[in-house]
Amino acid sequence: MKTIEEIKTEIEAAVPGAAVEIVANPSVSGQHSLRIAPEHALAIAMFLRDEAELSLDYLSNVTGVDWPEKEVTEKVIVNRTVTKTVDGVEQSAEETLEETRKRVEPGYLEVVYHLYSMAKKHGPVVIRMRTANRSDQVDLPSLTPVWRSAEFQEREIFDLYGIVFTGHPDLRRLLMWDGFKDHPMRRDYVEPDDFEYEPTAHDEVLARVIAHRAASVGCDKTEADV
Amino acid sequence: MSGTELVHDHKMEGWNRPPVIEPDGEAELLEVAMGPHHPSTHGVFRMDVALDGERVIRLKPVFGYLHRNHEKIAEGVSYLASMPYTDRLDYFCSLSNNWAYALAVEKLVGQTVPERAEYLRVILAELTRVQNHASAIGFLIQEMGASGTPLMYAFREREKILDLFESLTGSRMMCNYMRFGGCRMDASAAWLDAARKVVVGLPKFVDEIDNLLSSNEILMARCQGVGILRQDLAINAGISGPMLRATGVNYDLRKVDKYGIYDRFKFRVPLGEVGDIYDRYMVRMLEMRESITILEQALNDIPGGPVMNPTAKLRGFRPKAGEAYGRIESPKGELGFYLISDGTPNPYRYRVRPPSLVNLTVLEDMCLGSNVADVVLIFGSVDIVLGEVDR
Amino acid sequence: MLGEGILKGLAETAKNFAGSFVSEERLTTVQYPEERIAPFEAARVFPFLVFDQENRDGGGPEWEAGLRCVACQICEKECPPKCIYIEKSKDKKLDYLGKGQYYPARFDIDISVCMSCQICVEVCPFEAIKMDTEFELSTTDRFGALLLDRSQLAKSNEHYHKIHPTDATAVDARLADEKAKVDAKAKAAADAAAAKAAATQPTNEGGD
Repeated sequence: MKTIEEIKTEIEAAVPGAAVEIVANPSVSGQHSLRIAPEHALAIAMFLRDEAELSLDYLSNVTGVDWPEKEVTEKVIVNRTVTKTVDGVEQSAEETLEETRKRVEPGYLEVVYHLYSMAKKHGPVVIRMRTANRSDQVDLPSLTPVWRSAEFQEREIFDLYGIVFTGHPDLRRLLMWDGFKDHPMRRDYVEPDDFEYEPTAHDEVLARVIAHRAASVGCDKTEADV
Repeated sequence: MSGTELVHDHKMEGWNRPPVIEPDGEAELLEVAMGPHHPSTHGVFRMDVALDGERVIRLKPVFGYLHRNHEKIAEGVSYLASMPYTDRLDYFCSLSNNWAYALAVEKLVGQTVPERAEYLRVILAELTRVQNHASAIGFLIQEMGASGTPLMYAFREREKILDLFESLTGSRMMCNYMRFGGCRMDASAAWLDAARKVVVGLPKFVDEIDNLLSSNEILMARCQGVGILRQDLAINAGISGPMLRATGVNYDLRKVDKYGIYDRFKFRVPLGEVGDIYDRYMVRMLEMRESITILEQALNDIPGGPVMNPTAKLRGFRPKAGEAYGRIESPKGELGFYLISDGTPNPYRYRVRPPSLVNLTVLEDMCLGSNVADVVLIFGSVDIVLGEVDR
Repeated sequence: MLGEGILKGLAETAKNFAGSFVSEERLTTVQYPEERIAPFEAARVFPFLVFDQENRDGGGPEWEAGLRCVACQICEKECPPKCIYIEKSKDKKLDYLGKGQYYPARFDIDISVCMSCQICVEVCPFEAIKMDTEFELSTTDRFGALLLDRSQLAKSNEHYHKIHPTDATAVDARLADEKAKVDAKAKAAADAAAAKAAATQPTNEGGD
């Protein structure tokens, strides 16, 4: 099978204007992935499926991943003009200092597709797509028109992560019931507070047990146990 | 259709969508919810069907009744602690699930497994395959109305295999036996002898089931030509396992990926021709025979030695950041685990690729236009387990 | 001939039916609870704490004195459904090697949550927790009756020998080896001290 760089070059040749980036995989599994932009996703997918040598006709797995925003502390070298008084005369000079800045890297949701070929018996080729952010711009093109096996798996990602797949023939919740709000697999999901009886509570559950102490049955832990 | 030429006939305008069936005349459609409380739905599973008399016009599968959010639980516990939870995914084939997860983690960190452990894994996986296919055939026949007799014959053999599992791992179904780098404990010589005795009795059982069922006219009339699945739709919909091979596609992960030590065993891959229920039944029957061949070879050749790689860590296992996708041929299809690690003891993302869920994609296509009785049979021939569909 | 397949099938069922009157192996039903099959040696149901019969540190009931558990809390951390709750004691007592160890003041296992995965047994470095084979434990009290505490969990080493003879013998051999090593080291240290005392002050009585 072709290497990931060769596939990237072929995609860029076949779909003009497509932005394809290699995301290296640091583990020894060697399964590097290609990050594609949502605008050309359908064209790239059709190319990967129909091209004679790649022939990636079997979509094996569709996964959703949540990358919440994180605070990054970094040292930045800054050039600044400073006015200093030297011998009674005001002078301005250039100064370079290093200062520590904190910035928030925006979070995003990601979809990873694992492609194999039944005709040529090779694979996997891994492609990824990222949303712009986690709150309002969460739509990505659905690859169900290209590979039918994405149908249920994309529905599940919509259910559990909240990514809206445009072009999906039947996008509704799969595992949770239809009236459910919120998306359970997100990292900031808060479970509903339905505490009943927790005799061997640890960590966060123990904190909730203490909070519900008045209403609990059979729990005899106190503040001192936390 | 031969297995070598795959026909791709794609037009983007809906070639892979289910057909639209028109009801006869001015019929008012009867909407029935088959399940979740139903004797033939293999677990808590619902199908919303719209019927015109006996014919199915629309069918939508609804599940999620057994959803336990296994993937989120795995993000909160260590890699080792997820192993007993994988038993509960496809609860018929717990040892296959264990192997798939161990394979994915071993791919992530590059861990090798000693020879004896590889042989034990193959023996247990093939025993699992035999008992799973026997039960699948038994349940299919039960739904046809043979109220339990072939099922009980299958369960009689299954009991012998489950006794083997219990004497080795301590539990009949939730075995929790594989670890990253080998197996939890060694199999004694007495156990291997008991396994050989069971394997010697298996061909007789398969012959018995074959004589009982394969040329049965009622079975042939109800299964042949029913629930036909096209080859190109099967590939495009991600179908795997016996359902795919019944359509004629030669894709068995044991031969394609050659994971473990499967390249040392000589076995054939049975393929169907038409892709109907009878083909799936025959493929499962023949796969049982091939599994017995593999078992005989493995039990013959198993070497001595350790069953756990001494460099493998049980506690404090922190794989370096990265990701891996490992897959095996479980009795239901392609079972894959996708792991993203960020260097902490818990996985960052743990995803199970369930064969039963993806195989259900084409349930609608196969059932539309047929009778209600056929829907039950077609659904039984897909051979799903709800623990895997819902996780 | 039409119906040939059905007749072949009927012949098979007839063979099984007639055979069940004649051969033992066709009668696979066990009339539980009047007949019970003995569990396999490797069977695992719920954990129990092992105590040794020799009363080590006096005081209290026999099981409390001989409990092997030192409250290291490794099983609590590794348990997948987190069904173990341990509270360490404030004082120490001597273990079989003569070293002072903490002991669990409180050791609860909720067996309605426990999934019998046996990971607690695998990770315990002190051979203190093992799997029991008792499964007829149903009760009518939903809150608390399935929460086993120390006294209910503690069972003797003799019981362990009865349910898992091979494992128990291996564990005993391992513990005896450890004790022999520690004793040998203590004896060597005592001999060296005695020799030193004899060398420096020949008139004094040496050690033991």
